[in-house]
This record gives sequence, structure tokens and C-alpha cells, in this order.
Amino acid sequence: MIAEPESRTRGHQTTMEQRGDRELIITRRFDAPARIVFEAWTRADLVAQWWAPQSRGVSITSCEAEVRPGGRYRYVLRTGKGETVAFSGAYLEVEPPTRVVYTQIFEPVPGPPVLVTVTFEERDGGTDLTALEVYPSKEVLEMVLATGMETGMRETMDQLAALLGRLG
Amino acid sequence: MIATFAALAESNRFRIVELLRGGNRSVNELVNRLHLPQPQVSKHLRVLREAGVVEVEPRAQQRLYRVRPEALRECHAWLERYRGLWDRRLDALDRVVHDLKEKEKPHDRRTRK
Repeated sequence: MIAEPESRTRGHQTTMEQRGDRELIITRRFDAPARIVFEAWTRADLVAQWWAPQSRGVSITSCEAEVRPGGRYRYVLRTGKGETVAFSGAYLEVEPPTRVVYTQIFEPVPGPPVLVTVTFEERDGGTDLTALEVYPSKEVLEMVLATGMETGMRETMDQLAALLGRLG
Repeated sequence: MIATFAALAESNRFRIVELLRGGNRSVNELVNRLHLPQPQVSKHLRVLREAGVVEVEPRAQQRLYRVRPEALRECHAWLERYRGLWDRRLDALDRVVHDLKEKEKPHDRRTRK
């Protein structure tokens, strides 16, 4: 299943493909060398500039990352409604500028982490970025897609919190 | 949307929907497949029905449960929504990358901007 890119995209197109029942593959090309894209993907002060979906009124309030194998990161976001949620995890492999592997937990949702493998492939002066997200189960992947994270951060975060309370 | 999510977030209900995707089934067939007590299966089916994920096949002699196509279409829309989030996020990353690249070549202002 491949979601079609939208034509209004300013830069290159983002593609997303679901592989099996618990993997998502996201790809995007950047007009810059791999070392620059790698830096922008990992350096905390740069992550703070792009990681939050700002069009949804979400902002990053704190961004910390110790980018080395075994190091940890934590991105704290504030939703449009003023709620604070955080993503965090640990780096398993750090190989600049070609590859970084880390775990990711959306802290409001307890459970095993998502495993993220990002590769940066330099080609013709640009970089092909591929992010592979492996979810602990297909239920978790469905949940992420169902809330869209986007929707979750937009207006239903409180509903989600209430829901998780009921499910817990 | 949130009701669908809530209904599917429970693993046995998710399994029921997976089974029904393969064809319409009665409560007894689901009980045999899932190895769960019948009252529990019926309770899960009630939650799924109230969330609009499944419905009872109206014309059948037996009460057969089936997945509502509308709920499945919603599932397909989820992927596109999540891609939209990543698209905007990577647009922002693109701008950060562009700025970094510009900073690296302060003597070459002719090419961009």
C-alpha cells in the first residue's frame, strides 16, 4: 500500500509505504550532502526547528539528544491545547553520515518502543533519506495510524489520554 | 475515528476484525477460532458494533457478523494522514538543510536567494 504524494509539496516528494503489518517506510530526497542531512536529523538544536508539526499548533519546548550508541534523546512538545507530551528513546547505532538506529517511545502510550532505522544515501549531490519504523505489534501501528499522531496532537490528545486511562 | 481506535486497541477485538476481514462469521465460529468464552466474544462484538466497525448481516438465517466497508476505508485514510504529517515535517527539515548548506558557502551568494 503506497500513499500517493501530494503535488503541492515544496521540496521533493515524501513517500510512505506500509510493509507487512508492522513496518512503515518513509522516503524523501534532499538537495544536500548526506553529512548535512544527517546533522539536521540528529542535532538537538536543529531537530527543534523541524520535528514538531507546527501547522497543527504544536511546538517543541525542549529537545535533548546525546547522539552516540547508548545515548538517549527526548523531545518535549506542547500541543495547541497546552498539553505537554514527549517522545524519547535511545540510540543503538550511530554511523555518521550514513545511518542511525534508535528506539522511540511516545511517552503517553506505555509499552515496547518503535525501532527506527534511518539511512542517508548520497547520490548525484543529493541525499536519499529512508526511515524504517518497526512497530512492536500491528495493533500499535494501527493505533499510530488511527490517531495519525497529527490528529492526536491536534485536538484529540485529551480524548486519547482519557481513552488510555480507560484501556489501562 | 477515536471510537474506531478504541475498539481496535483491544487485541482480541483486533483479532475479531482480522478474522471478519477473511469473511463473514457467526459468533460460534469466532468463539471456536479465538478460544474465548462466548459471552466475552459477544461483548467484544457489541463494542465493535457500537463503534461502527462491524455490523450484523441482516438477511442471514444465522446472525453473521461482517466488517463495515466504511470502517475499512477509514483505515486506508489513516496512512495518508500519517504521511501528511511526515510530509510537513520533512518540508521543515528541507528548510533546515537548505539553511545549513547556505551557511557553508558564504562566498557564493549568486546561486540561491
